[in-house]
Amino acid sequence: MAKRSFLISGVDKRLLIRDSLKVMPDLTRRRFITGGASLGALSLLTGCDVVDSSSAEEMLKTVSKFNDAVQAFIFNPDALAPTFPESAITKPFPFNAYYDLDEAPEVDGKDWKLEVRGLVDNKKSWTLDELYQLPQVTQITRHICVEGWSAIGSWTGTPLRDFLKLIGADTRAKYVWFQCADKDGYNSPLDMRSALHPQTQMTFKYANEILPRAYGYPMKIRVPTKLGFKSPKYVVSMEVTNEYKGGYWEDQGYNSFSGS
Amino acid sequence: MSSLAATDAPATASPAKVIQPAWVRVMHWINALAMILMIMSGWQIYNASPLFNFSFSRNITLGGWLGGALLWHFAAMWLLMINGLAYLITGFATGRFRKKLLPITPSGVLHDVKAALTFKLGHDDLTVYNYVQRLLYAGIIVVGVLIVLSGLSIWKPVQLYYLVMLFGDYPTARYVHFFCMAAICAFLVVHVALALLVPKSLRAMIIGR
Repeated sequence: MAKRSFLISGVDKRLLIRDSLKVMPDLTRRRFITGGASLGALSLLTGCDVVDSSSAEEMLKTVSKFNDAVQAFIFNPDALAPTFPESAITKPFPFNAYYDLDEAPEVDGKDWKLEVRGLVDNKKSWTLDELYQLPQVTQITRHICVEGWSAIGSWTGTPLRDFLKLIGADTRAKYVWFQCADKDGYNSPLDMRSALHPQTQMTFKYANEILPRAYGYPMKIRVPTKLGFKSPKYVVSMEVTNEYKGGYWEDQGYNSFSGS
Repeated sequence: MSSLAATDAPATASPAKVIQPAWVRVMHWINALAMILMIMSGWQIYNASPLFNFSFSRNITLGGWLGGALLWHFAAMWLLMINGLAYLITGFATGRFRKKLLPITPSGVLHDVKAALTFKLGHDDLTVYNYVQRLLYAGIIVVGVLIVLSGLSIWKPVQLYYLVMLFGDYPTARYVHFFCMAAICAFLVVHVALALLVPKSLRAMIIGR
């Protein structure tokens, strides 16, 4: 599998800067390293030569994987994200991506199909009309961004676990991997236990209206038990798999589990 | 004779009083390192979505960008939490907190603040903390507990929902986390300045005496 290298390599500097990290004038892969290496005390922590920047990076990657395991251990599949009354909804709900709104995917709902792949009995693709026939529920939950800000929104759609059941997914598999229509091909892995969480949703509506382009038309995956970047928008395919296929932000260093 | 004198000397000379036992010194410096890593990476994380109308200069942040800073923050947190927990347990179990930090009386604090401001506060015996020290050291332990609890609330607002409730809601926990950091930085300024003004206290934190 072609996995992107860790941290920022292979990612357009321009895009990254324009993204959430507006405060960064000169982002390079090395900045992360030199930021670490300049701290003399680091050698105490790593027990290795700080000039050898890759050792610091390796140490941080190892701890992040350890943190994935800790979070999976802490994760309670029955713990629900708090829900709110309609009056608590954040208006306007922010648009956030690594590109501007006018660069957001413009998906034609008539042509769009959700591809289903991997460890499932029924690999048929789903049209939007077919998906709209499935029972839907509404949740008003807090979206928490990896950047720290949060906003409360109202999402309506089909619980992902119902859909996984419907397509005969092997729920013993480790991940559901989503691919999206965003420029540069957004993708993100979701661990199966989070995918089966009762609040994890295939979202078709925001505030009782068909999902607008800004929020991921025609379909997003809403995971209120994880940070916002783990809720992919403009989803075009889902794959049930045991293989860790990486993700757009995960490969650049965001913690992969990123549970709330 | 000279050899006899040399061997006798250590036996006869009374050893200097231990001001800071080894466990305090080790945990103090581990905590210092963990705090610096947490604060510098925390500033970089803050910059991704500032709470106030300012950002921290990238020259004083750690991680280079949000993703790198988060890796540092969530690695150093283990150092901070494990060391901090060990410190609290040992501090209570050995009675050090009770002996060193209590009692804290308003009149005592008032008296020592006045004395400090007029440069009349003595520190001949470093084993006894004055009331200003007691208040600051006990206070910073409380802040340390609060910053970890608010940090856990921000990290796990769903799994640790009852903790978030303690602060009100998620956004409030973020503010609490920030203000605890500010309090620690303010403490650090005073703490380091005084340690440099009274070098023997710094020496005691390094070699114990």
